[in-house]
Amino acid sequence: MVNGTMNGFLLSILIWLPILGGVGVMMAGAQRPALAKGLALLIATATFLVSLPLFFAFDTSTAAMQFVELRPWIETFNIHYYLGVDGFSAPLILLTTFFGVLVVIAGWRSIQQNVNQYMAAFLVMEGLMVGVFSALDALLFYVFFEAMLIPMFLVIGIWGGPRRVYATIKFFLYTFLGSVFMLIGLIYLYIQSGTWDILAWHDMPLSLAVQKWLFIGFLAAFAVKIPMFPVHTWLPDAHVEAPTGGSVILAAIMLKIGGYGFIRFSLPITPDASAALDWLVIALSLIAVVYIGFVALAQQDMKKLIAYSSISHMGFVTLGLFIAFAIYRKTGGVSGAALGVEGAMVQMVSHGFISGALFLTVGVLYDRMHSRMIKDYGGVANTMPWFALFAVFFLMANSGLPGTSGFVGEFMVILSSFQANFWFALLAALTLILGAAYSLWLAKRVIFGAVTNREVQNLQDINSREAFVLGTLAVAILFIGLWPQPLVDMMQASVDHLLQHIIQSKVI
Amino acid sequence: MNGAELLLAAPEYLVLVMACVVMIVDLFLSKERGGIIHMLSMLTVIFAAIITLRGGFLMDTTQAATTFNDSFIRDQMGDVLKVFSFVMMGLIYIYAKFYLRSFDLFRSDFHALSLFALLGVMLLISANSMLMIYLGLELIALSVYALVAFDRDSGRGSESAMKYFVLGSMASGMLLYGMSMIYGATGSLLLPDIAEAVRTQGADDILLVFGLVFVVVGIAFKFGVVPFHMWIPDVYEGAPPAVTLFISSVPKLAAFAMAFRFLSSGLGDLHFQWQNMLASLAVLSIVLGNLAAIMQTNIKRMLAYSTISHMGFVLLGLLPDTVFGFGSSMYYVIVYGIMSVAAFGMVILLSGRGVEAEHLSDFKGLNQRNPYYAAIMGLVMFSMAGIPPMVGFFAKLMVLKAVIEAGMLWLAVTAVVFAVIGAFYYLRVVKYMYFDEPESEAAIVAPVDFGAALTLNGIMILGLGMFSSSLITICMTSFG
Repeated sequence: MVNGTMNGFLLSILIWLPILGGVGVMMAGAQRPALAKGLALLIATATFLVSLPLFFAFDTSTAAMQFVELRPWIETFNIHYYLGVDGFSAPLILLTTFFGVLVVIAGWRSIQQNVNQYMAAFLVMEGLMVGVFSALDALLFYVFFEAMLIPMFLVIGIWGGPRRVYATIKFFLYTFLGSVFMLIGLIYLYIQSGTWDILAWHDMPLSLAVQKWLFIGFLAAFAVKIPMFPVHTWLPDAHVEAPTGGSVILAAIMLKIGGYGFIRFSLPITPDASAALDWLVIALSLIAVVYIGFVALAQQDMKKLIAYSSISHMGFVTLGLFIAFAIYRKTGGVSGAALGVEGAMVQMVSHGFISGALFLTVGVLYDRMHSRMIKDYGGVANTMPWFALFAVFFLMANSGLPGTSGFVGEFMVILSSFQANFWFALLAALTLILGAAYSLWLAKRVIFGAVTNREVQNLQDINSREAFVLGTLAVAILFIGLWPQPLVDMMQASVDHLLQHIIQSKVI
Repeated sequence: MNGAELLLAAPEYLVLVMACVVMIVDLFLSKERGGIIHMLSMLTVIFAAIITLRGGFLMDTTQAATTFNDSFIRDQMGDVLKVFSFVMMGLIYIYAKFYLRSFDLFRSDFHALSLFALLGVMLLISANSMLMIYLGLELIALSVYALVAFDRDSGRGSESAMKYFVLGSMASGMLLYGMSMIYGATGSLLLPDIAEAVRTQGADDILLVFGLVFVVVGIAFKFGVVPFHMWIPDVYEGAPPAVTLFISSVPKLAAFAMAFRFLSSGLGDLHFQWQNMLASLAVLSIVLGNLAAIMQTNIKRMLAYSTISHMGFVLLGLLPDTVFGFGSSMYYVIVYGIMSVAAFGMVILLSGRGVEAEHLSDFKGLNQRNPYYAAIMGLVMFSMAGIPPMVGFFAKLMVLKAVIEAGMLWLAVTAVVFAVIGAFYYLRVVKYMYFDEPESEAAIVAPVDFGAALTLNGIMILGLGMFSSSLITICMTSFG
């Protein structure tokens, strides 16, 4: 279907089409918003279509990198423009290009000022995020990883809510501080190995002490990004203040970069340190799952509630990844561990869809009422029946209803935790109760009940544009929930490869 | 000495002659035709750049040649630094013209003095003896003292010129004192001979180390690193922005060359001693520069403290005394010059009709007044903060690599932590430009050449970052 020469540039196209397109959209000028929006939609759609071969032409039988591009970039420093995808990155890139289209549509009406800059920021961000997921040169990864902060910083700061400046600077500095420690680790690895090739680092022997320092450096970057308790505090602020599109990208894609970082860097480069320090990550994950779940229960603000719910759900990702070491220690096999890692990956993709959908749902209400407070709503189902259908469905998925994608990932992770420790599994399973509690209680207070005030009385139901966005997401969530096999197949080989890799000691 | 040897200093002769020509021509020009002076100065830097490049040394990485009884050296490092000095001078003249015209200061003094200062920079870059170092240094210093006070009616300008003069003279005195001791200990003014003498008699000489301390003070003053930084904020603030443009960029290149030639070429065997001195200077600069910049509300003072922290990074690169270290340091100082010129160019752009843009709040709502210039300033700020893919990131990366390679991990950690703290004040400028409402609705108009120069400057900041390979290679090969 796709010929070989195109595959040779596919990832570059996915990176540079949106970035250069974004520059073009910016040049459309603030005076012509219609042109900017049309162009942005065209570019985002084209990018999504171009990304489809990542699914259809993807070879699921191998863990080797595919769609590889390798060119020298900074020769004196041995830095390469090195791209490629495996079973971990391909689904996340597809998720990125998919949301690239949705956020453009979602911002169609709600953004009124500087439309061209808004659309350009999202397109550039999309290209950079694809870059993060496909970079196999550590410095290239870092460049994308950091550059991504700039458009997000501007998006929150320009189109955000009243406390946007505080939120966006907090977001930027938190992430920046975390990543500079990783940078030092990366430079150290380069000095030791003479290459920035991440895959070469996977096979590089390192002493346990060095591994521990490197692990901490990586943890600083990715724990902030994912985010893990106790460095999660930037997330609720950023989410609450960001415009709908910003929240969607933040929750659906950017958080996944933290999880992806663990898979690409921490686990394979420092496996012994990961095994030695897995108790730390597992403990923090369980705290996130349980404590942050309770925090979510207490929120007055819908966006904040979803933000805390995201942190709690991302706890499953880190738990699923690091429980592998506990399982291996206990059983000596990796089959149970594979379930955990796959669960973490499914959870990432699924949470991308669900959290994105939830933020879009809140966005629909916010566009009409300009309030995110739960108390301002009540009985929305009476005036917006279609909207209520989608909202309740997404909230159900968020609480892990079987049949939705939310169930699959959580279930896999809980199942594998059982093999490690009963109590881990029990604590993790608490999320099924907590998640249901805060999600359904939110539904009860906002969607159901009697109409509480005149503004709710006057609400208009969703239009076809909004229905399209929410409907697409609903289909995706159902699809993964009912038939996760294609997704799992995609990552199977890579997961096995990763596990074989991390159980071998790299200590010299 | 034959003719070919004399020609090694051809760019210097050109700049010297043209500085005199500019002074004389001005006497015969009516005030309305001052543009000729500008054209002459521009042509000078353009031709100087061409002559330097045609010298052929840029291609040949192995050769270095000396003249004037070995006190003047021409090598690849010098050529590269000079070419970038000319590029920056070209940008400076274009930015300055706009400022000088709108503040009715367009007199030939600026051009003549800045050409003399440029000559000093070139001599210092090529200095191979202590005498030449001192000559170059004083030529820069005396021209710049006068430039700072160039707006005669400005009290602040005169005040900061006085401060600069007093402190600068003291620093010169100290440097001279240190030089005299080194001369006493080694019996030569030429840097290679000094290196030879130190090698034969050993570095364990109290007189030498004593002299070294004073030399380091002189270098530190030239860089403006803590604790010899006191003049920087006052001079940056008091001087007209057209002059600050110059002070903050070109002489830094000369300071780097001086540090390299003096410390590595001349006193390389005292590496252990000067390494510790520079390390403390660098850390203090990075810490204090970044912390103090946060508290500033005046953009010029903020950029002054930011310079101090950047110069701390340049010193970090010098510490390891390795090829890679010097290369990274040189790369950093060039990159810093380019960013700094762009930043002050923006300050000039926002000044107009006799009112200088000094406060950070002058940047408020720039995105709504002119998204194009706001984007360029955004590039500069993110670059200074060290965010990829802007060139400032690659400069920091190289320095960090050099430092980590030398085993000074704690220095690298300190540097990056304070770089993050420093990111705050750069972000604050972005915040003013993008997140706040404009205070004035006045349209921002700039002449075509100004806009073009600023665009070129922005492209350099982005392009040198994304395509940094060649410049990095040139910097690295300059040191063997």
